[in-house]
Amino acid sequence: MSDRAPLLTLAGVNTHIGPYHILQGVDLEVPRGALTMLLGRNGAGKTTTLRTIMGLWHASAGAVRFDGADITAWATPDIAQAGIAYVPENMAIFSDLTVRENLLLAARSGPIDQTRLRWIFGLFPPLEKFWSLAAGVLSGGQKQMLSIARAIIEPRKLFLIDEPTKGLAPAIIANMIAAFRELKQSPDTTILVVEQNFLFAKSLGDAVAVMDNGRIVHTGAMAALAGDHDLQHRLLGLSLASHQ
Amino acid sequence: MTAPGEFSLPARRRDFVPVLLVPLVALAALPLVGSLSTWVTLTLAGLAMGMIIFIIASGLTLVFGLMDVLNFGHGAFITIGAYAAAALVPSLAGLMLADSLALNLLALAALIALAMAVTGAIGYAFERVIIMPVYGQHLKQILVTVGGLIVAEQLIIAVFGPVQIALPLPTAFRGALVFGDIAIERYRLIAVAVGLVVFAAMLLILNRSRIGLLIRAGVENGEMVEALGYHIRRLFVGVFMAGSALAGLGGVMWGFYREALTPGMGMDVMVLVFIVVVIGGLGSVGGCFIGALLVAVTANYTGFLAPKLALGSNILLMALILLWRSRGLYPVAKR
Amino acid sequence: MSILRTLLSADPPRGRVLALVLLAILIGLAFAPVLFPGMAALNVAAKICYFVVLAASYDLLLGYTGIVSFAHTMFFGIGGYGAGLALYNLGPSWTSILIGTGAALLLAVALALLIGLFSLRVRAIFFAMITLAVAGAFSILASQLSSLTGGEDGRTFRLPAELRPGFQLLAGPFTINGRIIAYYLVFFAALILFLLMLRVVNSPFGRVLQAIRENEFRAEALGYRTVVYRSIGACVAAAAAAFAGVLSAIWLRYTGPAVTLSFDIMLDILLMVVIGGMGTLYGAVIGAAIFVLAETYLQSLMAAISHLTAGLPLVPLIFDPDRWLLWLGVLFVLSVYFFPTGIAGRLMRR
Repeated sequence: MSDRAPLLTLAGVNTHIGPYHILQGVDLEVPRGALTMLLGRNGAGKTTTLRTIMGLWHASAGAVRFDGADITAWATPDIAQAGIAYVPENMAIFSDLTVRENLLLAARSGPIDQTRLRWIFGLFPPLEKFWSLAAGVLSGGQKQMLSIARAIIEPRKLFLIDEPTKGLAPAIIANMIAAFRELKQSPDTTILVVEQNFLFAKSLGDAVAVMDNGRIVHTGAMAALAGDHDLQHRLLGLSLASHQ
Repeated sequence: MTAPGEFSLPARRRDFVPVLLVPLVALAALPLVGSLSTWVTLTLAGLAMGMIIFIIASGLTLVFGLMDVLNFGHGAFITIGAYAAAALVPSLAGLMLADSLALNLLALAALIALAMAVTGAIGYAFERVIIMPVYGQHLKQILVTVGGLIVAEQLIIAVFGPVQIALPLPTAFRGALVFGDIAIERYRLIAVAVGLVVFAAMLLILNRSRIGLLIRAGVENGEMVEALGYHIRRLFVGVFMAGSALAGLGGVMWGFYREALTPGMGMDVMVLVFIVVVIGGLGSVGGCFIGALLVAVTANYTGFLAPKLALGSNILLMALILLWRSRGLYPVAKR
Repeated sequence: MSILRTLLSADPPRGRVLALVLLAILIGLAFAPVLFPGMAALNVAAKICYFVVLAASYDLLLGYTGIVSFAHTMFFGIGGYGAGLALYNLGPSWTSILIGTGAALLLAVALALLIGLFSLRVRAIFFAMITLAVAGAFSILASQLSSLTGGEDGRTFRLPAELRPGFQLLAGPFTINGRIIAYYLVFFAALILFLLMLRVVNSPFGRVLQAIRENEFRAEALGYRTVVYRSIGACVAAAAAAFAGVLSAIWLRYTGPAVTLSFDIMLDILLMVVIGGMGTLYGAVIGAAIFVLAETYLQSLMAAISHLTAGLPLVPLIFDPDRWLLWLGVLFVLSVYFFPTGIAGRLMRR
């Protein structure tokens, strides 16, 4: 973990969705060059946090700072252009577009970098196989691969990834872990992952933050949390045995 | 790195069934109509009318698919386009009266260019002033665009008068090519040609350009397109202008088809346009194309076979298609 | 006062100005034959009466049930044709009117049920467009079944004896002839229908409707079968519209596509409801009154302006009295933006 200033900081962020007060004062620091896991029960506000960072929902109070700039009120395209890549919970791949077109769209700066594409094919071979097919025919796991591939097709400063293993078979999850490990090896890659799967979180996370009721209730090193069964039980409500 | 079974290519049939609908209906009508020459006339009329309706409807369906904006005022652009062209006709009298296909086409091109420029510009103003304040509020959109329609039609009557204005065809467009018993009207062929050109151009832009990529992706999930770093809202105005310009183009073609202009001509066509958009699937250009041809061809056949049922037949058609595919022929995979 | 409360179903016009305006309209209509002598004025008053019912029924559909439909004039036409054709074919008697009204109601409710059920299977936008197509088809159908409906020309017919101009109730200074009786029939029927609609929207049923309009998902989650409620709402609105049609037939002694089924009338009631104020019912009263008065009297004003500006380009054209709809259209668009709750909404204390 680096001891430079955190890449992303949320300070006292509140988000309302209609009459519902989802985020009630989120304070979060995402350190550079590391993978931070954001854990918590359903409804704790994890997805809302990512969407607020991305500008898809606007914070009603508090500030979001990214790489030295206050992006709280920025429009989503500007936030993306500042260097943040977003992989949403429902993958949001464009079904009527081919795999190639999905990636082409994601490669904002121009044609797809072939070296980078080779690397992605190495991580996710099915994407090469189904290159010219409409993305809608891919299986769930393949769509997830495509969604992540879209995020990494060009270098980005920060990756926001929402529940990458949701609904995936264990074998595919194992693939995902391997892919993420390789992703982490790239220099200066900062990742914030929302997860419910503790095994996945444990094997990849450097830092961890736990959310409950719209607030961060714990931050620290993943290793520390992984070793403390009582803490896991208290924060996440389940014993290690039931987290796969 | 891969799970077993992941390499098997999924069975992917291209969805061709809707494409077969138009030839099917045409063939089914042949024995009912009886005479081949009449059938050819009706079919060609249907194809020509269908192309015109497609041109008009394509703008509407794209605007809705991309921007989630339903413009009930679309009909006004049809009328405005036609009247704008009519205003230019006297200056082009020479070109239009000449018995030369090339010169006439040139005149037509000029009229179309003017109509599209005028409707595109008005479309810009309409989008910024009338529609932008009510993005996302469907009810208000419907109300406001209906209001815009009323105002536009009244303004046209105010400026051009309520009576019908004649719009004679250019010389070389008149008449028909005769093959024995069968007469193929020249203007209808031209309308079909123009329609095909527009369709091809739209497909080209949608499938081969970055803007087309953005539009197609935006129709599915505008939010994700923004999350990929594109200011998709800036695209909205452009698409709306294009849609309005297409309606203007359609208006010119429709004016010549009927050889007359009336202030309500846009509105008259809108019922069919809406049926086409619903049948085709909101946001789908391909569906719109097939839907337009289907509706026009059906209208012509029933107009001949059972005139009283003409509009009813199209509603029945719409109901049948919705029962088969409840979101239209080619629904866009929506968010 | 509690009688008034019950009459208004505990939903009085909130706001002093609003109440005064409504009261003025009520008094004007109630005493029209005395206050505004002459058939022309009485025609205007009667038209306001049945348009109030029609507009209120549309508000019930749009403002309370939340269904955007362009086929509402269909029900108006069904009512008009029902009463009209009955009087035409079965002779000018009260039984004819009853039979015609009954048949019209049945048809209207049946159609509304069909449409209501269909509306819930498709998205709202689809539905609006489909109603447009259906309304167009119905209008053409009515014109084409000319042997039954009289086609484009419609049907003129005679009313029962008591309602004819020749009939006299009292001689002397206060002659009440048949026309005036007819007027009061229309007026009181309209009043009762309006109060009934007020009762419906303030009943438990009406409250559920409003809940559904606000948040359908939530209402379903709470256990209300939205399909049922919306269908019933659509049926009530259709029935009221059909009644309005009956009243129009009685007053005009004529029924035909131009006065009942034309799309212009659909736009008119849309304007009335939006300008008056959606979801308030009182808005429909104000909207209908403004619209009919404008239609009749605004034109003279515009003719004057047009005359004054004769020398200028374009200006006299847009003030031409035939262009009164232009200005109402502008007012309509402005009201959607700036007073979305309409005049009634603006005047109400929330």
